[in-house]
Amino acid sequence: MKRRFYTLLIAVLMLGWSCDDDAFLNRPPTNILTDEQIWNSEEQILSVLGDLYNRYVDISTFKTINDIPGWMTVGDFNEAFWSEAGRYNAFQNSGWDVRSWGAWDYGYIREMNLFIQKCGASEKLDAGVKARFLAEARFLRASYYFELVKRMGGVPLILEPLTYDFSGDPTYLQRPRAKESEIYDFVIAEAEAIKGDLPSNAGEKSRATKGAALAMEARAALYAASIAKYGVNTPSVMLSGGEVGIPASMSQGYYTKALAAAKEIITGSAGTYALYTKKPDLSENFASIFYDKANNPEVIFVEDYKLQSGKVHYFTGWNQPRYGAEEEEGGRINPSLNFVEAFEKLDNTFAPIPTTNATGAPIYYDNQVDIFAGRDARLAGTVMLPGTTFKGRAVDIWAGFQLGNGTIVSGDDRGAQKTLPGKTVPEQVVGFDGPIDGFEFTAQTGFYLRKYLDPVVGSGQRGVNSEVWLVRYRFAEVLLNAAEAAFELGQPAVAAEYMNMVRARAGLVTPLKSSEINFDRIVHERRVELAFEGHYLYDMKRWRIAHLIMDGNAIAPAELSKDLGKATKRNTQPYGLWPYKIYNPGSPTNGKWIYKVTRLSRVTGADRFQLGNYYSYISDDVINNNPKIVRNPNH
Amino acid sequence: MKVTVQLLAILLLGLGVMSCDKDNFTAPKSTLSGRIVYNGEPIGVEFNQVRMQLWQPGFGKLAPIDAPIDQEGRFSALLFNGNYKLVFPAGRGPFRTIQQDAAKKDTVYVTVNGNQTLDVEVQPYFMIRNPSFNGGEGKVSASLKLEQIVTGANAKAVEQVSLYVNKTNFVSRATNIGTTDLASANIKDLNNITMSVNVPALVPAQGYVFARIGVKIKDVEDMIFSPVQKIDL
Repeated sequence: MKRRFYTLLIAVLMLGWSCDDDAFLNRPPTNILTDEQIWNSEEQILSVLGDLYNRYVDISTFKTINDIPGWMTVGDFNEAFWSEAGRYNAFQNSGWDVRSWGAWDYGYIREMNLFIQKCGASEKLDAGVKARFLAEARFLRASYYFELVKRMGGVPLILEPLTYDFSGDPTYLQRPRAKESEIYDFVIAEAEAIKGDLPSNAGEKSRATKGAALAMEARAALYAASIAKYGVNTPSVMLSGGEVGIPASMSQGYYTKALAAAKEIITGSAGTYALYTKKPDLSENFASIFYDKANNPEVIFVEDYKLQSGKVHYFTGWNQPRYGAEEEEGGRINPSLNFVEAFEKLDNTFAPIPTTNATGAPIYYDNQVDIFAGRDARLAGTVMLPGTTFKGRAVDIWAGFQLGNGTIVSGDDRGAQKTLPGKTVPEQVVGFDGPIDGFEFTAQTGFYLRKYLDPVVGSGQRGVNSEVWLVRYRFAEVLLNAAEAAFELGQPAVAAEYMNMVRARAGLVTPLKSSEINFDRIVHERRVELAFEGHYLYDMKRWRIAHLIMDGNAIAPAELSKDLGKATKRNTQPYGLWPYKIYNPGSPTNGKWIYKVTRLSRVTGADRFQLGNYYSYISDDVINNNPKIVRNPNH
Repeated sequence: MKVTVQLLAILLLGLGVMSCDKDNFTAPKSTLSGRIVYNGEPIGVEFNQVRMQLWQPGFGKLAPIDAPIDQEGRFSALLFNGNYKLVFPAGRGPFRTIQQDAAKKDTVYVTVNGNQTLDVEVQPYFMIRNPSFNGGEGKVSASLKLEQIVTGANAKAVEQVSLYVNKTNFVSRATNIGTTDLASANIKDLNNITMSVNVPALVPAQGYVFARIGVKIKDVEDMIFSPVQKIDL
């Protein structure tokens, strides 16, 4: 019996012979794709490219990166106050760490280099498709080098994937920093080289086009030119090896390139781009540039978002008027009075917002919004003014009642109620959107942001979010780039022509004469047209005026409204402008509005832009790993 | 009885969580302190702005130990015994460093062994001489003399002279309640500079302020300051 059992067991075990070892052990992995699978398939390559697009780096973004929510990067540098309790410290310190805005992501560069190498070696792709993919990757790589050079100065220019041989000696991988001008030259040369391989299609916004490449070239050449020209004003922001700073002699060449590249877009050789002029109300028209995604002729290159795709953002939820918002949340970016006053009157002159007349008596307005009448339409398109509407609902911004004897009746909660003298029933004495000093999410400066806010219902709802795109390049900036380059090349008539195109769209229909174009005008135009789009910091840096604008001195109320059009006007603290309603029954002023310039109690510091902020700190880790890297100046 | 038991339990618990000495490193004990001086005179700067760096080679990756310099030009760092290199970051401080020799350049080599003081000699672009302050009637006035120290090819010009007042002992560009700037164009004579600043209403009221003079040198980030002085109004 026992024997039979063993025989059977042996027989069964012998039958349990395994069959095909190869098929059993060599299974294709289900969680990764092999090189072969990727680089021979157009769809797979496109998705790799999509990942590279997603990692594009912007200075102002809608994404939350390293716990810094995107709205902070959009509304920085005292163009706005941040109405969130945990963020007031940004207005109580005296500036920025030298590590601010640092970037050094060579992992991203390596992946772009790998893409270019592997996609270039792929044999099964259609030649036209391959050329476009390669051009797009080179566009992204040049964009990132452009971003690096703006923040860090010259960086090591690595154009092939580096591989370590595990020999114990990594010195052959250590490259020194290129000159700042060499990085700009690289960006310009790449744009020239790839523009022919990219489509000339103004309808393509989220992928690189010929227009995007030329817009990048124009901007890069302009930055390089202005660093060359204005770098002489800050001789201590320079390195003898040229890693930081560009010789002044190169400025003309760069300006010429900037103008040529911008003109190529303006003349239509990259597709039919034009200023956005679809809506009759000029302010609404300006705001629409950023949310109208149907046949928008102005926008050139964007980071696109799409509802119900997973790629959406909460910028509207962060910043829309809190009162009546989907989640009763918002109101974080409060544009400052400093910024609001920078908008010109329609006769091309600068003037403070008129709160008092010549004798110092308050001016009474029938409607809240009247005080802003007769100004650049971009003001109401960028800033949500008291008395205007959003999503069909009026914003409720007013600070309180002022009685006949000058006393203020106000409350310390949104929409607080009090009984006015001579009445018996309590009524609302402060707006549901504030302003209440130190009360987060109310319009503490008296203003909310409008630019980039999505007017679609649901855009501020957590489960829905917004699909408004982040504009990286648009036609108006190209015009301003051309205007600046032309001005610096001694062609003020050309500069005036381009600038007047942008200004006319904003309702400033009296053209500036070519004799009126000067440096202050150029700086001012970019500040108001491109506000909150990530240009302000880089513009101040390349003109070397950041340390003059933010010099660490507090702004006295008396100087706030002086020299409004001056490029180096101090901007170290955000101010507010608060509307009050007059309650004085029997008087002709009853029910009218007055405005008061307000210093916010949470703003105690004054920002100082250090010379060491012009180029960010290169971390000690980077220098330890590569001793050939020289430190940036003033660190 | 019950209370005693509970108390006992709490006491035992307290004994149990008493920390023991488990760290594998002893804490650094040696203090290196000193001042930055010109001919033995300390140089006043803005607090938390100018710093010096101590580098200790020989332990793999390098990272500086920052030693910030306070208002009166003093610094201190708590260190392990050993050899350190002391440098100023390039371009920082209202002064030029002194070149020791071709090999060392401006690096100061320090051997730390126990507490020690070290005054670092530097060459400021300017020195503030004879600063004097007067207070009264809601104003502080000051007079001073500026002596140019660095001359020749490396000389730099004065950009502006500022008088700062503050409620506390910390007076600087970043923390002040009142300031007056005197641009270099308005300075006729470096040997005789006078200026005054209005003191705003103080809340809560106090009968004194602190004042100091700062000199901004062209193309230099950090300013040089006079000592802080308490002024009765």
